[in-house]
Amino acid sequence: MEAENCRCSTRFTPVDDLRPLEEIVEKYRGDKSAVISIFHELHEAYGYLDEKIMEELARRAGYQLSQLYGLATFYTQFRLEPVGEHIIKICHGTACHVRNAQGLIDEAQRTLDIRPGQTSPDRKFTLETVNCVGTCALAPVVVVDGKYHGRMTPSKMQSLLKQYMEKGGSGEDED
Amino acid sequence: MKIDSPATLERYCEEVKQRKARYPYRVSVCGGTGCQAFNCIEVYDALVESIKKNGLEEKVEIKLTGCHGFCEMGPLMYFQPMGTFYTKVDPKAVDEIVVATLLQGGEVEKYLYKDPTTGEKIHHREEVPFYSKQERLLLGLNHLIRPQVIDDYIALDGYKALAKVLFEMTPEEVIDAIERAGLRGRGGAGFPTARKWRICREAPSPDGVKYIICNADEGDPGAYMDRSLLEGNPHAVIEGMAIGAYAIGACEGYVYVRHEYPLALRNLLVALDQAREMNLLGKNIMGSGFDFDIKVAVGGGAFVCGEETALIASIEGKRGMPRPRPPYPAVKGLWGRPTNINNVETWENVPLIIRMGPEKFAEIGTENSKGTKIFSLVGKINNTGLVEVPMGITLREIIYDIGGGIPGNKAFKAVQTGGPSGGCIPAEHLDIKVDFESLQSIGSMMGSGGMIVMDENTCMVDIAKYFMKFLCEESCGKCVPCRIGTKRMLEILTKICDGEGTPEDLEALEVLAADIKAASLCALGGTAPNPVLTTLRYFRHEYEEHIYNKRCPAGVCPALITIVIDQEKCNGCGACAKVCPVNAISGEKKQPHRIDPDLCIRCKVCMDRCRQEAIYAE
Repeated sequence: MEAENCRCSTRFTPVDDLRPLEEIVEKYRGDKSAVISIFHELHEAYGYLDEKIMEELARRAGYQLSQLYGLATFYTQFRLEPVGEHIIKICHGTACHVRNAQGLIDEAQRTLDIRPGQTSPDRKFTLETVNCVGTCALAPVVVVDGKYHGRMTPSKMQSLLKQYMEKGGSGEDED
Repeated sequence: MKIDSPATLERYCEEVKQRKARYPYRVSVCGGTGCQAFNCIEVYDALVESIKKNGLEEKVEIKLTGCHGFCEMGPLMYFQPMGTFYTKVDPKAVDEIVVATLLQGGEVEKYLYKDPTTGEKIHHREEVPFYSKQERLLLGLNHLIRPQVIDDYIALDGYKALAKVLFEMTPEEVIDAIERAGLRGRGGAGFPTARKWRICREAPSPDGVKYIICNADEGDPGAYMDRSLLEGNPHAVIEGMAIGAYAIGACEGYVYVRHEYPLALRNLLVALDQAREMNLLGKNIMGSGFDFDIKVAVGGGAFVCGEETALIASIEGKRGMPRPRPPYPAVKGLWGRPTNINNVETWENVPLIIRMGPEKFAEIGTENSKGTKIFSLVGKINNTGLVEVPMGITLREIIYDIGGGIPGNKAFKAVQTGGPSGGCIPAEHLDIKVDFESLQSIGSMMGSGGMIVMDENTCMVDIAKYFMKFLCEESCGKCVPCRIGTKRMLEILTKICDGEGTPEDLEALEVLAADIKAASLCALGGTAPNPVLTTLRYFRHEYEEHIYNKRCPAGVCPALITIVIDQEKCNGCGACAKVCPVNAISGEKKQPHRIDPDLCIRCKVCMDRCRQEAIYAE
């Protein structure tokens, strides 16, 4: 599970390298309905939807840039900014909410000094909330770089984040 | 292996069954997403190693399968034919478990399930109260199936329902069978499946092309049954869709999957390839002359795409915004062709109905709601997990007998069903029978099957605010009542939670609710006020406490509570002062500490840090 969702920044191609874009455009050539799939693949390659990449996509595949922007902002999965080294996703599904997910969000905001959807200025952390990751038995759940941390509390959240901040390490649960 | 006729399928099925019969034992490890978060993969790896080490490869069939349902107790291990069931398995104990259970004919008591009421260890899975009251027609197959191994599905007579339909039944007969079974859509509204299919079958298509879609965009927060079905048994969805396509006259299908479900997506893609390879999907399926194939579309994360017309727009590569109906998708859907949409659980019921016979299926459930329903039982409940129950069971049975009641002996307050479109049901209705009509009669709905239990520490105004915030963010913005109405309702609810509510606010909420319900374009807006309306109906006193007495009785809303240290209980360990982000806690070492209410931001970090349970909200 760990490796699967890992999005370490080193994995991504720099946005001035257009080869992945070319391949993706070629793969979906002629299929005008494939924008969402194209976005997903661009995300895989670059980590986010960069403005230049979007312009290139519009030009090469025959879309209006405004149309692409409209789609990218409609669907919550897509980011227009590069992500940080660590992605912290706090589940805010109903099961997590009744077990104090809000407390976790508040704690993360305080500790990292960023709001959900933002990346810290040093590009170390991206904070996100998600509607439901479907592991309600572990509620409330925080997913850091694809690793699930269940039955969290604000104080556990505090120490988890501090571990990442101090050593940038893997942040093992203390108990 | 190409299946070119029902007889070949029959022969192949027998072959697989015989191959499996050679193993006297089977050990199944739950590999659902919940258990994966509990490191079940390590348990499985340890099992593989232990079986090898003990020379049991020829005797034991081992499986890493989809979700077994009892997520609370993961990782789970199930030994058959003995029926021995282990919970919370430690990878380090796996070898001991294998030796004891398979070689010595015994058990490792430590990992058996302990009945919390009697304190007794339970030996067999079927005796565990969580399982014994369920009727697991769909989920019950999961522990037998490795999702990426088609033979496991074929060994359970998989694809025989499709063979029967293609070679022995006309499309009309298939629709009649689904009608006699009384199957209704499991995605929310409970529309009769056969009627939907018939409209689509009879609808003219300009070029004869029709589509079917499987909605696997499970967006309800707190519901994950569709994911577990698709992850655990993808072939049943494929078989169901192929049967539906034959009945409707469609040649192409789509599965619209959430991007948040990577495991479900991967298992589905593997299953599709296998089915194609064996000629169970594609051109001339099993030599019947019927062509049907399935494509996969991945969602972009938008709750509104659960709405049929929005989902179709999303597959077409547009923003997922609903359009007015009629025309319904059954008449004019994907690319303007007649299109039938059902959700994952509905599709999985289809082969089951053909296999067991519609009459037998219709014996389960109530007069108008047939079969079983899967619920995800979550929140303030002891046994979190997926439960599959016959329609007509009471909420009390689900929550207390299967769910094991509320943790920490807290008082039950409400159960929320139907996701953001549903409502909160209070204790007085716990004995209501769970079916489509009864839940609607008390202001809630079946929805896709989320069942979130709430206790005395859950604030109902806060819950209403939570859902309204969710819907306000997820509103696509196309129609004004939903886009602006939900925003206005959210503002009022926020005001009440912040202690600034006025008596007029409740009336304003009710007026807004009525307008949004009446005037919204789609069901998202049409049902958006439900959580507010049901909480106003059953928990009005909580709203009034917030407004008149500036109190949050559940101790949730930060503006209305004070965090206090019990001077009797505090032993002065100082742990709370260390974690307080605003340095509001002070006190001498080993002396009771105090919180400065002016500095305190009510984050409650100290509360969960305190081992003496000396800190509370009032």
